[in-house]
Amino acid sequence: MRLLRIASSASVAALLAGSAFAQGASGPIKVGLMLPYSGTYAGLGNAIENGFKLYVQEQGGKLGGREIQYFKVDDESEPSKGTDNVNKLIKRDNVDVLVGTVHSGVALAMANAAKANNTLLVIPNAGADAITGPLCAANIVRSSFSNWQPGYAMGVVAAQKGVKRAMTITWNYAAGAESTKGFTEGLEKGGGKVVKDLNLPFPNVEFQALLTEIAAQKPDAVYAFFAGGGAVKFVKDYAAAGLNKTIPLYGPGFLTDGTLEAQGASAQSMLTTLHYADNLDTPKNNAFRKAYAITYKAQPDVYAVQGYDAAQILANGLKAVGGDLSKRDALTAAMRKTPVDSPRGKFTLSAAGNPVQDIYLRQVVGNNNELRAIAVKALADPARGCKL
Amino acid sequence: MDTATFLVQCLNAVQYGLLLFLVASGLTLIFGIMGVINLAHGSFYMLGAYLAFALAPWFGDWFVTRLVVGVALAALFGYVLEWVFFSFLYERDHLQQVLLTYALILVFEELRSLAFGNDVHGVTAPGWLTGGFHLGGLMEYPWYRVFASAACLVVALALYAVVNRTRLGMMIRAGASNRDMVRGLGVDIRRLYRIVFAGGVALAALAGMVAAPLSSVYPGMGSSVLIICFVVVVIGGIGSITGALIASLLVGFVDTFGKVFFAEWSGVGVYVLMAIVLVWRPEGLMKRGF
Repeated sequence: MRLLRIASSASVAALLAGSAFAQGASGPIKVGLMLPYSGTYAGLGNAIENGFKLYVQEQGGKLGGREIQYFKVDDESEPSKGTDNVNKLIKRDNVDVLVGTVHSGVALAMANAAKANNTLLVIPNAGADAITGPLCAANIVRSSFSNWQPGYAMGVVAAQKGVKRAMTITWNYAAGAESTKGFTEGLEKGGGKVVKDLNLPFPNVEFQALLTEIAAQKPDAVYAFFAGGGAVKFVKDYAAAGLNKTIPLYGPGFLTDGTLEAQGASAQSMLTTLHYADNLDTPKNNAFRKAYAITYKAQPDVYAVQGYDAAQILANGLKAVGGDLSKRDALTAAMRKTPVDSPRGKFTLSAAGNPVQDIYLRQVVGNNNELRAIAVKALADPARGCKL
Repeated sequence: MDTATFLVQCLNAVQYGLLLFLVASGLTLIFGIMGVINLAHGSFYMLGAYLAFALAPWFGDWFVTRLVVGVALAALFGYVLEWVFFSFLYERDHLQQVLLTYALILVFEELRSLAFGNDVHGVTAPGWLTGGFHLGGLMEYPWYRVFASAACLVVALALYAVVNRTRLGMMIRAGASNRDMVRGLGVDIRRLYRIVFAGGVALAALAGMVAAPLSSVYPGMGSSVLIICFVVVVIGGIGSITGALIASLLVGFVDTFGKVFFAEWSGVGVYVLMAIVLVWRPEGLMKRGF
């Protein structure tokens, strides 16, 4: 049995090496974009693609001296179709590089397929800790964040503000649990404690019972992880219950990103943490925002930044090997080592492939998430379970 | 848990239950009386919420007028929809009904996406209903939630009166138990069904409009409410308005206190309740009792 496995993996490796040689260092590089182009996350998928293409366009349409050819698959944010969809790109289109996606469940399927086929994978959003944890691999990198990162940073900030007893509330799913775990860790490091974790099944939005529970427990602060419609409703309900006057509500940036118009007055002056803020006044960010606005007639958001940086990370790797994809080890090493000149600020990737980045503390003013301070400088994900 | 907290939680449970009843009553009417499994019912709820959003700039603070106009539009829409699609379904089996109504969900979702995009939108409550009152020194309770509960109660009473005290209600009840006999007595059963269906759509849309300022409007909001409504209808007994009311309140209490006491298992509570009721009374709490 063991012999058989060695023999088969050896033959797979030979096959792969063969195909890599066949592609060699000439002709276009095939980039497979697997993003949500329909459904709730369609806007995010488009922003990521726009960001990615903007960077390629700024380099004259070439990365590492080679043309880029795009292949697109709509992943529908549907984990059950994840493996089939990613195999369309790997097996049918024979792509050299995979870029995707938004939904963590789909991204996990992509990571497994990329691992099995040794295809390069750049993840431009999905924050599941496992991707750069137990599932980490040399050929997988992420240009966004891990769920743990913004949560941990908010915990550190809360502790600095003198929070001793906090409560967390989220949907009962992986991303929520990872984010609140990060918060708990940050808070405990500063001497605070989470007295109770509240959760409700996804995507239930009937919060009233849990708000009453918060009012009864009277903690010093509440940390909430919700996104989209749930984020809007939670922030509004929290304010309608009058809790925001006595118990500050903290969260990762997703609680107030792209939702401020709908949240209106109820979100004003809320503090959140994220690796980007709309009004970062750096030359790089200003240039990026201007170029994006001119090219696409729209304002970029954090997702566009992550797409832009995904292209940049790939470019760093390709430059180091002169566009020769067969020099895989040198390529993946350069992707990690070379600093990324991101609109969010310079960062590098950890050995596990996750950004080691500043996490910003932002405050809601009008319809913007405005920068207040750097919550934690050069924060690295602990990458628990990663053996790289 | 002290008494004050307990009472506030009871209030939460009743308020959630009443809102559920408003959506589920339309479903139980259509399901019980016309025998159509209407998966698109959640879409009508969504339709109502988006109507509230779309009509808001036109009516400003004329909140009640907005509700009336929205309900009228929804009823008209339901009337046409029954005429064009659902009237062909009564003689068909459940599989075909499921296929059509599932297709309608997809169509409505796509139309919503085209018309309003995929962003989350807030709907503001009218000026005279903003703010709240203090409850036992714990928290503020928004006036709008009180209004929503009151509106649901009024609709429940009106529905009961129409079904049990009017000639139309009598025909509806008769049509539910024996369609052919009612036709034999000279009642235009097709038109009657059309009215019932329009009424069901209007009820779901009203629920959506009332809930919109509380929940905001977002893609997929219909499907989340659909499943819990089917649970209510099954627990209450298919076609029974009284059963739906009791079941909604039961679900409200189980959901609210489940979240507080058994956070990890809160999602299961409602379905355990349904299983228990089905073992105890396989036809639901009320069997066509109205």
